[in-house]
Amino acid sequence: MSSEDAKVCPITANHIKVALVGQPNVGKSMLINSVSNAHLHVGNFSGVTVDKTEVLFDYKNYHFTVVDLPGTYALTDYTIEERVTNEYLCTEDYDIIINVVDSTNLEKNLQLTSELLTMSKKVVIALNMSDEAEKEGIKINAEYMTELIGVPCIKVSAATKEGIEELIEAVAIKHETSKNRPKLVFSESVEEEIAQLVWYLDKHKYNSTNSYRNVAINLLKGNKKTYAKLHDEPIWIELQPILIEATKHIELHHDSDDIKEAFAEEYAAFNRGIAAEVLKQKKVEEKKTLTEKIDSILIHPIFGIPIFLFFMWSLFQLTFVIGNIPMDYISMFFTWFGDTIGATIGNDDIRSLVVDGVIAGVGAVVLFVPNIIILFVGIALLEGTGYMSRVAFLLDGFFHKFGLHGQSFIPLVTGFGCSIPAYMSARILKNDRDRLLTLFIIGFMSCGARLPVYVLFSGAFFAPDMAGNVLFAIYISGAMLGLIAAKVLKLTAFKGKDEPFVMEMPKYRLPTFKLIWHTVLTKTMMYLKKAGTFIAGAAMLIWFLSNYPHNIDLTKSYETKIEKTQDVREKNILKNQLSETQLEQSYLGRIGKFSEPLFAPLGFDWKMSVALQAGIAAKEVVVSTLGVLYALGNDVDQNSNSLMGAISKNISFPSAVAFIVVIMIYLPCFAASIVFTREAGHIKYFFYLFAFTSIVAYVMAFIAYNVTSFLL
Amino acid sequence: MKTLLDCHKDCKVRIVKLNTGGELKQRLISFGIMKGAEVEVLEHAPAKSTIEIKVGKMRIALRGEEAKFIDVEKI
Repeated sequence: MSSEDAKVCPITANHIKVALVGQPNVGKSMLINSVSNAHLHVGNFSGVTVDKTEVLFDYKNYHFTVVDLPGTYALTDYTIEERVTNEYLCTEDYDIIINVVDSTNLEKNLQLTSELLTMSKKVVIALNMSDEAEKEGIKINAEYMTELIGVPCIKVSAATKEGIEELIEAVAIKHETSKNRPKLVFSESVEEEIAQLVWYLDKHKYNSTNSYRNVAINLLKGNKKTYAKLHDEPIWIELQPILIEATKHIELHHDSDDIKEAFAEEYAAFNRGIAAEVLKQKKVEEKKTLTEKIDSILIHPIFGIPIFLFFMWSLFQLTFVIGNIPMDYISMFFTWFGDTIGATIGNDDIRSLVVDGVIAGVGAVVLFVPNIIILFVGIALLEGTGYMSRVAFLLDGFFHKFGLHGQSFIPLVTGFGCSIPAYMSARILKNDRDRLLTLFIIGFMSCGARLPVYVLFSGAFFAPDMAGNVLFAIYISGAMLGLIAAKVLKLTAFKGKDEPFVMEMPKYRLPTFKLIWHTVLTKTMMYLKKAGTFIAGAAMLIWFLSNYPHNIDLTKSYETKIEKTQDVREKNILKNQLSETQLEQSYLGRIGKFSEPLFAPLGFDWKMSVALQAGIAAKEVVVSTLGVLYALGNDVDQNSNSLMGAISKNISFPSAVAFIVVIMIYLPCFAASIVFTREAGHIKYFFYLFAFTSIVAYVMAFIAYNVTSFLL
Repeated sequence: MKTLLDCHKDCKVRIVKLNTGGELKQRLISFGIMKGAEVEVLEHAPAKSTIEIKVGKMRIALRGEEAKFIDVEKI
């Protein structure tokens, strides 16, 4: 927006919309957090699972809105985050760019800067980490740099909050002045071609918002958008041969057949020049930096992996030991809350809907919050310190064999705890295909909720001293199956060339408390808000299916029977019979009966079918459903001896093995499926996942059933 | 021609040519891994599945099979 527009529209005149751009690991988030009196707005960029942070604050008589764009090394669009930044910069409406630059690595950072300078936008450069640079003996002459490249360069430090106000002031001033004419100078051969194209555009009075020079540069660089625009112009016919000739010349000069590579070299030369002019670095003797010292231990060829495994083990202990403490209280609270609310509702149906449907459903969502918080603090620490890249470095060799990425390890291992945070943590994978593939196989890592089912069945069929080994075997075979599934998917559905692995190993640093807090809060709120509404809805649906239709006659006849007997045991048996018959004639029971023939080849009766289908809601439900169906009452857990007895009496060993196999492979739970859908980005992936896991589960269970039957 | 994968630990080399195209080449260039850049090999993961290099002040990890495409010469 130019200053003339500002005069026309006085209401929006005081608004300045800033796009915050920088390479990864330059402390952008920290900078945005260090603006005082600012309000943070957190959301997603439309259509993608990339966090979008907006910061709103007032300075003098301006309202600032700063949009924090994902870090990007260059204006490319391979990862989702690069695409988001590129799209935003090219198509969205904003007034000015703040380009955040790491002062300790100026030359490398200028790579993005020089690309930004060819856009027709106002730019202010923030030389971040200036305090750190000074400590390293690096001096940047900001005034000279301002003069050399023609845009304001301000020294700031997010850590000490130095220069923040000057930066905002510079943005406000820049906003009032006209557009930049940045002084980006190329080599003589390129400048010649630019001059010729500019002359041509000028001759034909080509109508453009961008300067002719920038249009010429973008044409030479092969910028698709500029091409598309000019392609429809009549001057294109004459322009095209000139352009081809110019491209040839430049490629010849650079001894390359790739114009993009040639331009990269041009930019690099310009950046080297700027850095040489404005940088003064004290000659320090070549000694190992702290990061190199830490790395020599953490990515050591022998000790690296054991150290990492120890970190992961600790994180899991924390997540599932400490995280389970508040879980009991949360579930107690919701039981109490349900009872209290339930007491005030007269109508049975409404009470059941509110207490068993809504409150229990929401309670199930809140139950996972402590786990999610601890796990995300851990992941934020792993990422914030820079250790995550080392993990990828260490593990990529192994995981790449299965078509996965080194960083897939984190979500996969999280999947052993709970699939929901696992799906969410898959965001650390920056590449679409790597992330999707990882999402598809997280379910193979048996989550904590499946443990009760495993304990129940291994207890029912094996001696106590063998049960532990059986349990371990179940977990390991699940994980191995997952890796094989990854390989199969990679060779079929996710076929294609491998994505490049190339990534930065950032300096180790200690993330601020505020940054960690902010990341964790954002993720937790997102879980509560989005998943919460869906999960509560899903819980209500399952509640409805298992409670309706009501058979009043049946209930009444049982209630009279129960009242008649005096014997407490007799009463309990009757109650159980009632809930069994109720479940049998409910919609869920009917589905179970209906699908019985489908599961017959696996050796399941209708009770097992119902238990499996109820398990789609949550795996915890499987045990309680089996309890109801084998007429033992609702209050059973995996240690209940009578249930174990009933199972070993009523279910054959091959059927039990097949049952375990299905539990191991099919959908983790409804809540996880919803989170999966959101993280995968499209509902179609849910159907793919459903089909994939169901088919694999069915086939594997069929094989398991027949093999065990044959062996016995 | 020697490639980056052949270099042992602590070896310093200059890049002569990127023998690849498309996405990988763009990716390498955006990290400053291009013709004329000086590179130091810092660390190898077991079996050279991944290697860590230093270009300018930046430490970068890449796969061994990607390093294979980078022709280098001794400085």
